[in-house]
Amino acid sequence: MAGIKLGLVDHLILGLYFAFVLGIGWALRRHQKTSADFFLSGRSIPAWIAGLAFLSANLGAQEVIGMAASGAKYGIATSHFYWVGAIPAMVFVGVFMMPFYYGSRARSVPEYLKLRFDEKTRGLNAITFATMTVFSSGISMYALARLLEIVLGWDFNFSVWVSALIVLFYIYLGGLTSAIYNEVLQFFLIVLGFLPLVFLGLKDVGGWAGLSSRLARVSVANGFAPGAWSQSWSHLSTPRANPMGVEWFGLVMGLGFVLSFGYWCTDFLVVQRAMAARSLSAARRTPLIAAVPKMLFPFLVILPGMIAIALTFAGDGRGFALPRKGEGFDYDLAMPMMLAHYFPPGLLGLGLTALMASFMSGMAGNVTAFNTVWTYDIYQGYIRREASDVHYLWVGRMSTVFGVLLSVATAYLATRFNNIMDFLQLVFAFVNAPLFATFLLGMFWKRATGNGAFFGLLLGTLAAALHHGLTLPAGASPGIKGGWLGAYGAYPSEMAQNFWTAICAWTACFALTIVISLMTRPTKSEAELKGLVYALTPRPADEHVAFWKRPEGLGVVVLLLAILLNAVFW
Amino acid sequence: MLDIRLPIGLLFLLLGALLTGYGLVSDPSLYTRSLGINVNLDWGAVLLVFGAAMLYLGRSRTGRGGTSQGEP
Repeated sequence: MAGIKLGLVDHLILGLYFAFVLGIGWALRRHQKTSADFFLSGRSIPAWIAGLAFLSANLGAQEVIGMAASGAKYGIATSHFYWVGAIPAMVFVGVFMMPFYYGSRARSVPEYLKLRFDEKTRGLNAITFATMTVFSSGISMYALARLLEIVLGWDFNFSVWVSALIVLFYIYLGGLTSAIYNEVLQFFLIVLGFLPLVFLGLKDVGGWAGLSSRLARVSVANGFAPGAWSQSWSHLSTPRANPMGVEWFGLVMGLGFVLSFGYWCTDFLVVQRAMAARSLSAARRTPLIAAVPKMLFPFLVILPGMIAIALTFAGDGRGFALPRKGEGFDYDLAMPMMLAHYFPPGLLGLGLTALMASFMSGMAGNVTAFNTVWTYDIYQGYIRREASDVHYLWVGRMSTVFGVLLSVATAYLATRFNNIMDFLQLVFAFVNAPLFATFLLGMFWKRATGNGAFFGLLLGTLAAALHHGLTLPAGASPGIKGGWLGAYGAYPSEMAQNFWTAICAWTACFALTIVISLMTRPTKSEAELKGLVYALTPRPADEHVAFWKRPEGLGVVVLLLAILLNAVFW
Repeated sequence: MLDIRLPIGLLFLLLGALLTGYGLVSDPSLYTRSLGINVNLDWGAVLLVFGAAMLYLGRSRTGRGGTSQGEP
């Protein structure tokens, strides 16, 4: 497998990219005078830049590699992670939630929770979030370095340290602005680096028609109806009819509602990009602008995986086959192997640069979110309350170094204790699942209290853990996959179990927050809640602009496009 | 502050020049794996056009977005 040799031209392309990324950080170093410059870009970013950064920060290497892998494993149904599991939530956060995030002048998502509820709710969210960002950037660093080791024979240590130090350099010097600027650059690299792969792959298999007929063979060979890989909704009536093993209700509620809204509407990693926008109107348009390329991404990252599995099953001696792994295939290799299969030297360098770019933008997203939450919500909140702004700027820089080093340590930890990583990701899933219920009630129900939010969140997390501990996906043995309290329920697949764990956690948090709030006294007066809760916030007035320029209008257009895409690939 | 379109434009111009240049001098047998298409030449040209457009927008500052959105 190793031994795809890169030529001089490929190294030049990679080198050019590194030089520009570092150069942007260097050019911005003089603009970081206050902590608001460093953590919030001085709230000065135009909507289109914030929008592309919003998208890019989410687009880590794990997304590119993972979505191509899922495309091979599940087919076009993977697009549900975009057209159901992202677009509606992105519209919601822009149109309905951004007025509170941006309008409240909170500097972070945990700080919003402090303003809206109380100190303990903020502390819980800040600490779990900060831990999660460090671990997820470490885990994705591990995944990327391992992949480069397998495909290109690159040294694991080299990949980890070089990418970590470059990200550290440009964030340390240029703060969030530098991360955002680089994310925009990386966005274009990712698109222009992977696009030729889609063209070549589709041409090779005979366009969409050729691909569907080849995928029919894959579907039948796996015991499904011929369209199972090429139709996104037609096979969701029962879990047995599709390779994901989910049914439409679990998908729409679990993925489309709970998990998707929980991520896009409450995760500071993405919300931070919108908070850096230069006006409320720009902040509201940020996720909506991001939604347009986001809904086209399935063609960029899922299609290559689908083409890879189609070629693997073709058996016509074209020479492309995914390597086997246990009973199935090593799906994670789909993207890098497709790049190596179609790209000659030159373009191959560009494709690998795109892969590196996706990794760096994802890591930078984690690091900038970490340093902000650490400095504002943990350090300023609990360690040193009153200090000069210069001091917090210094702490921000130090926590950038600290965060990157922790990520590197996590990447090395992952090489030794894969189970710990699986366990941590599981715990984070429990913590995240109920979160959207807390924000929904916080923003739209003024009676929700601090105790209600805090205990609702804790009990929702507990509900997620209980549900996971009591159920087991088909074919798994009790342990990290569930059933550690006894397998009382069974799910057809791990994905179905995940979706229902989320639904269960969200419902518990939602109901318990209401009950506990009604039993406790309001934490904040109505005056304190002004600008934080829907009923007590004046509507943003931008009636003078054209309908389609307003966030509401843009949101409707985006939703209609998403519905159209779902219908086309039904 | 730095207009982000300038470094993006410059990077893609350089990448485009590198790819088209390589596409012109490289051995045609390289392109059997890309279905016989000289993708370096073709895609390099696309990158050149993209880079030039970005530079133009960044320099004129009148393009989509940028400083001309008329916001408070």
